[in-house]
Amino acid sequence: MMIATSNTITSSGKIAVVTKGRARISCIGTRSFLLEAPGEFDLPAQRWIWALAQTVRGWADIAEVIPGMTNLLAILKETPEDPELITIRLLEAWNSAESLDLAGKTIEIPVHYGGAHAIDLPAICDFCGLSDREVVRLHHEASYRVFALGSAPGFGYLHGLDPRIYMPRKTVPSLRMEKGSVTIGGMQTGVAMLTGPNGWNSLGHAELQMFDPTSATPALMMPGDIVRFLPARIEL
Amino acid sequence: MIEIIETGPFNTIQDFGRPGYRDIGVTASGAMDPLAVKVGNILVGNDDDAAAIEVQTFPFKLLFVTGGVFAVTGADGCPTLDGRELLAWCVHRAEPGQILQLRQPPTLARAYLLFAGGLDVPVLMGSRSTSLRGGFGGNAGRPLINGDRIEFGQSWDALTLPASGIAVIEPAVALRDVFPAPIDGALPIRAIQAGEHELFAGDGKAFWNQTWRISSSSDRTGYRLSGEPIKAKATVEMRSHGVVPGVIQVPPAGEPIIQMSDANTAGGYPKIAGVIECDLWRLGQARIGTRLRFVRSTHAEARAVERAVARYVEDVRRTSQMVKRALKAMA
Repeated sequence: MMIATSNTITSSGKIAVVTKGRARISCIGTRSFLLEAPGEFDLPAQRWIWALAQTVRGWADIAEVIPGMTNLLAILKETPEDPELITIRLLEAWNSAESLDLAGKTIEIPVHYGGAHAIDLPAICDFCGLSDREVVRLHHEASYRVFALGSAPGFGYLHGLDPRIYMPRKTVPSLRMEKGSVTIGGMQTGVAMLTGPNGWNSLGHAELQMFDPTSATPALMMPGDIVRFLPARIEL
Repeated sequence: MIEIIETGPFNTIQDFGRPGYRDIGVTASGAMDPLAVKVGNILVGNDDDAAAIEVQTFPFKLLFVTGGVFAVTGADGCPTLDGRELLAWCVHRAEPGQILQLRQPPTLARAYLLFAGGLDVPVLMGSRSTSLRGGFGGNAGRPLINGDRIEFGQSWDALTLPASGIAVIEPAVALRDVFPAPIDGALPIRAIQAGEHELFAGDGKAFWNQTWRISSSSDRTGYRLSGEPIKAKATVEMRSHGVVPGVIQVPPAGEPIIQMSDANTAGGYPKIAGVIECDLWRLGQARIGTRLRFVRSTHAEARAVERAVARYVEDVRRTSQMVKRALKAMA
């Protein structure tokens, strides 16, 4: 089994060798194959997924490629006679994928922190033991990367949340969370795209329109984009 | 043009959906029984993927504001035109002012209304399907309501119809060799193992060996199954990944969920199996309360079923064109 590696520059400037490891491949339907990266939920793993997505999108027999969080769902145009051959091709593509850093745009999202929409801010403070002011500061000072889109039209899963404000998803989702709610779900953050049931934790609200079904590019966010939250108003 | 006179909730305009946008979080949507839509479109002389009305709550009544050629496929909603009984899976012509009515079908779940020229609602992201969750597509991004008026699209098929119409043998009958009938009242649904199958004790025996029931909390998004709960041996923290219709997830409570046409685009519950795509229309026609059993399948078997379905569809297409040409020559 070939193990691929890639050099990444760590924040300290040293070169670290990151081992890619063997990906796991499974079927979730007759035409759909899921490849899951081993190891951490981090940017190096996601960069390999981005590279893999680019390669697999070029295959003639591919209908659709859905990058997830350090994983990728490949949907073929037709059911293959022998799924083993697809598994081998995906593994080879994974092993030879080189780290790809998507050159995304920067999106600035004005946020009204606190106030009526921040229904879970007290719970976040309780969980992490920080003041509301501190939670809000940590949230808007960080810079985030869009890892993947999914779950709702235009919804971007954002990576880069300060570990001090990680907050598990609720065991009982809120039945009606407002569109635009700025939320934390585990080690991810994002902006709710639809009003409805939601298990993430809200600490503010954004007005920015981020999805337009009539546009040639319906979603504002794309994988690789950098997102910054601007504290337009802090109401604590 | 048609006008909706009477409709229950959640009847929508659907075609084959908008796959290809799941990577930006957009649900594919589309008819729950795409085979019924395809055959109906061939009958009325449309492209296979022209938009239809999917009726899943009955009774349903519409007025032909202008005349048109139409067919009713899928569940046999005992269609009547101005009170006169009509054959389903058959092309008919309606005059302006006539009223088409569908009643609760005796066994199946969803009827489809196809019109020559299709339904002229805007194409969004490659499809006319209603995205209920996204609130766009179809007719104003919502289910049909009384009083809605919808135009027909342009029809290129200059049909000459005999008074009795042109009918096809419906797929459930024509393809009974490849779609086995219920066994002891349980609909057999073929599936292949998915990623977390081995997490379930006894190789998922309790999943494959029991009869499940489609619970009342089931809709176009997914079918929740009731039965003896199946539990994973360990809890795993899954990272969100892409999801397609047919995947069978098992939430912590142990009652499986089959994702259907309005499936979310991403999910993270452990997956025990995936229904083979060519069996999804049978699920789409299975009503709440239907009992079903999962049968282990393979990619090779799925291919064989797909080929049989394709042969049937081509046969319908060829025959229908032949009959229409012959009628035209006689006219």
